[in-house]
Amino acid sequence: MSTLSVIEKWVEEKAKVLDLGCGNGDILSKLQKTKSINGLGVEIEEKNIEECLLKNINVIEQNIDDGLANFSNDSFDVVILSQTIQVLKNPNTALEEITRIGKTCIVTIPNFGHWRSRLSLLFNGRMPVTSPLPESWHGTSNIHLCTLQDFEMLCAELSISIEERVAVSSNNESKWYLNIWPNLFSASAIYKISK
Amino acid sequence: MDNKISSVGRVTAQSVEFKETLILESGDQLESLEIIFETYGNLNPDRTNAILVCHALSGNHHSAGYYKNPDERKGWWDSLIGPGKAIDTNKYFVVSPNNLGGCHGTTGPTSIDPKTQEIYGPDFPMITVSDWVNCQALLADHLGIQVWHSVIGGSLGGMQALNWSIAYPDRIKKAGIIAAAPKLSAQNIAFNEVARQAIITDPDYQDGYYLKVGKSPKRGLRLARMVGHITYLSDEAMRDKFGRELKEGKLNFGYGAEFEVESYLRYQGDIFSESFDANTYLLMTKLLDYFDPADKCNGNLVKAFEPIKAQVMVISFTSDWRFSPERSKEISDALLEANKNVSYLEIKSTHGHDSFLFSEDRYVRAIKAFLGNDQ
Repeated sequence: MSTLSVIEKWVEEKAKVLDLGCGNGDILSKLQKTKSINGLGVEIEEKNIEECLLKNINVIEQNIDDGLANFSNDSFDVVILSQTIQVLKNPNTALEEITRIGKTCIVTIPNFGHWRSRLSLLFNGRMPVTSPLPESWHGTSNIHLCTLQDFEMLCAELSISIEERVAVSSNNESKWYLNIWPNLFSASAIYKISK
Repeated sequence: MDNKISSVGRVTAQSVEFKETLILESGDQLESLEIIFETYGNLNPDRTNAILVCHALSGNHHSAGYYKNPDERKGWWDSLIGPGKAIDTNKYFVVSPNNLGGCHGTTGPTSIDPKTQEIYGPDFPMITVSDWVNCQALLADHLGIQVWHSVIGGSLGGMQALNWSIAYPDRIKKAGIIAAAPKLSAQNIAFNEVARQAIITDPDYQDGYYLKVGKSPKRGLRLARMVGHITYLSDEAMRDKFGRELKEGKLNFGYGAEFEVESYLRYQGDIFSESFDANTYLLMTKLLDYFDPADKCNGNLVKAFEPIKAQVMVISFTSDWRFSPERSKEISDALLEANKNVSYLEIKSTHGHDSFLFSEDRYVRAIKAFLGNDQ
């Protein structure tokens, strides 16, 4: 099951959805078609913003690192933070903010505990460069990478409850073996969290 | 359809007269109303492609093309309106009126008051943005346009687009609110007051009856425009354009226009004072000061936005300090809070408030995408 189809499954019909770091609007666009959601994106890349406009997706140009104070408590049914948390300056503030704004939140993270990353560091002695995280340490925008275990511990610290978790392989599929040891086998994970 | 960018070419202004009494927001009445306007492009058979373009403080109905000679100064938004441009006249029917109280043909202080058969002058009633929008609705009726595809404008023009979406929620599908603010700040009002005082204290102002005695408070108007013009530009834009360049390459140790920037401001002031009516300028600055859609809702902008049905795009420019991005964000945030369809863009530009007049690439593509995404 792809990340998108997991998100699709978790979002209810006609929900009000905020996608933070919405990219070119693909997730919202899909959810608009299949779930008739009322969607809003937040994005900083100019090209992505334009693509959202072309797809008729409402989009706000805003840097998540500057805060989300303009979104009021429980104002969205679902807040999505997909492959974004690792580029934020303050992941913990972001987690607190999204659980304040959304009744439910969906967070997807790349797993730095994946066996490829572990082996790469172990044998090469250098920061891993893998297909989901292709940039070298000095050029990457991924400044806050973590493992699934790290993420889950942070949620616990912030009293955020994890309702569901789906582990995803590097080719974006969920395989049976991923759940044996997700922190080792999954390339990324999708969490449904709330406060 | 041809996507080549070109000009709308030669245009002619049209006018329409309304005989019914117009009741203004102030309670005053106007016995008759004439609106001068231009249109570009063609209205489709379903009448669904009409875009209303709203002008700012000193603008008028001539927003694109030229009257006689292709070399003459083009309409004020010619950079954005035309075939293949941001507001594509191959696709849309663009309507561009001169607003009530103007001095370019629409009923205003220089018109004859039918009651007294004399020039209105300072006796022209106070008008508001709501009055403007109501007049534009009359024009829409006249043109057979029930619903605007979009209403769009920059600065005070953006405020009209905002007012449209509140006052006539069923008659507007999209609103483009560019370089605007939900209301003027004390600093904004202060600049307007300096401009007004410059005009009113000019001895030729004659309590506003200057036309009766064949005069015009040109010195006041000139000064008003010079002050206004500074607020339209950014520090960076002025530095790039003029720096400390000297007109004659050396200091003359006098009060003539030594620096290029002095010369530019004087020139702008001169042109304006020759072509604009002082009473209109007073009226329009006052109308700007009064604009505050939240006022009727005890200052609650979110509540004021409740009737809105239009899809809104709010655009600000990084170097605009007259109506800074923060002011546009106030509009966009209140729309979010009111659960409305809104997009917000902050465009990098060095042109200050005037940025909305330039065809900066990202700005053009954003408007195009926003206007065209329903098709």
